[in-house]
Amino acid sequence: MESTSKGVTGMNEWPLWEVFIRSQHGLAHKHVGSLHAPDAEMAIKNARDVYTRRNEGVSIWAVRSSDIVASSPGDKEPMFEPASSKVYRHPTFFPMPDEVKHI
Amino acid sequence: MNDQRTLFDYLLRRADSDLVLAQRLGEWVGHGPVLEEDIATTNVGLDLLGQSRLWFAYAGEVEAGFNNGAGRSEDQLAFLRDAAEFRNLMLVEQPNGDYAVTMARQFYFDVWHELSLRGLTASADARIAEIAAKALKEVRYHTERSADWVIRLGDGTEESHRRMQAAVDDLWMYTGEMFEVDAIELALIDAGVACDAGTLAAPWRQRVDAIFSEATLTVPAGVWMQGSGGRGGKQGVHTEHIGPMLAQMQWLQRAYPGAQW
Repeated sequence: MESTSKGVTGMNEWPLWEVFIRSQHGLAHKHVGSLHAPDAEMAIKNARDVYTRRNEGVSIWAVRSSDIVASSPGDKEPMFEPASSKVYRHPTFFPMPDEVKHI
Repeated sequence: MNDQRTLFDYLLRRADSDLVLAQRLGEWVGHGPVLEEDIATTNVGLDLLGQSRLWFAYAGEVEAGFNNGAGRSEDQLAFLRDAAEFRNLMLVEQPNGDYAVTMARQFYFDVWHELSLRGLTASADARIAEIAAKALKEVRYHTERSADWVIRLGDGTEESHRRMQAAVDDLWMYTGEMFEVDAIELALIDAGVACDAGTLAAPWRQRVDAIFSEATLTVPAGVWMQGSGGRGGKQGVHTEHIGPMLAQMQWLQRAYPGAQW
């Protein structure tokens, strides 16, 4: 795609961005959706206007959708099934003393 | 004119510019170039509408003070006055045009708005200072956003540059009014209530020059300024565009007086 100095593409469609918001109480940014924007700065501003109008967040990340590397749904079996038969990996076999709260 | 009437008039100037620009931005609803812009521009309009309500509410209270307790409500002030009673800047009543025109109008206004609100946060009138401080937070974002668009369209494609340059050229003649000080404002400046619009011209120009230079736009020059000499929007003298706009904005309250949601 042809770009000018400010990153506005020569095509009619702006690139797609994925938006992550950290809420007031949350520690981690969570994926909330996607939007179109001509460049990174405008992606943040659009995300502010589209996804934080109702006080949803205190921090925004935006990343080009094309930069996200995803696992393939077709690889589900080799990727995830080997873990499902290994219950001993869950820390559920330790007796917890009664005095320990909030675990 | 006594002090309270002077203050009332000044508060209408603040309220009306916010209201009229909010109405113009509202005209973009459902017509924005992309969904994200539709929402963002409307957000700015809603911010301005909220600010106009704060000014109108205070204006109504001030009016009650010199009018035997009969101060008009926000709705009455917004929907039941005719064009000649509106005190907004002529800049904000100009039609939306294409997106470059909308953003040029917004940028000229935002830079002025931010500077004047900053001045008003030091007003001797505590209520004005309070409203200005609240509005300033919203307006700082407005300025960033419209400046971004001026830069992107100015330094974008050949067509966007041509349109942006035409837009800033066409609207330039309405920018002089923002820095005019008439007898009403002078009285309030002396009382420490209003901010001296004359002092905003230099910092405004500095900001505009900086953004235009980044946007590869030429600053218009040698243009006669509309509304100079105390005959502009702030004195109720308007361009032909305000009438049709008010008709659209006010028809419901005119047809069904006192109608509520």
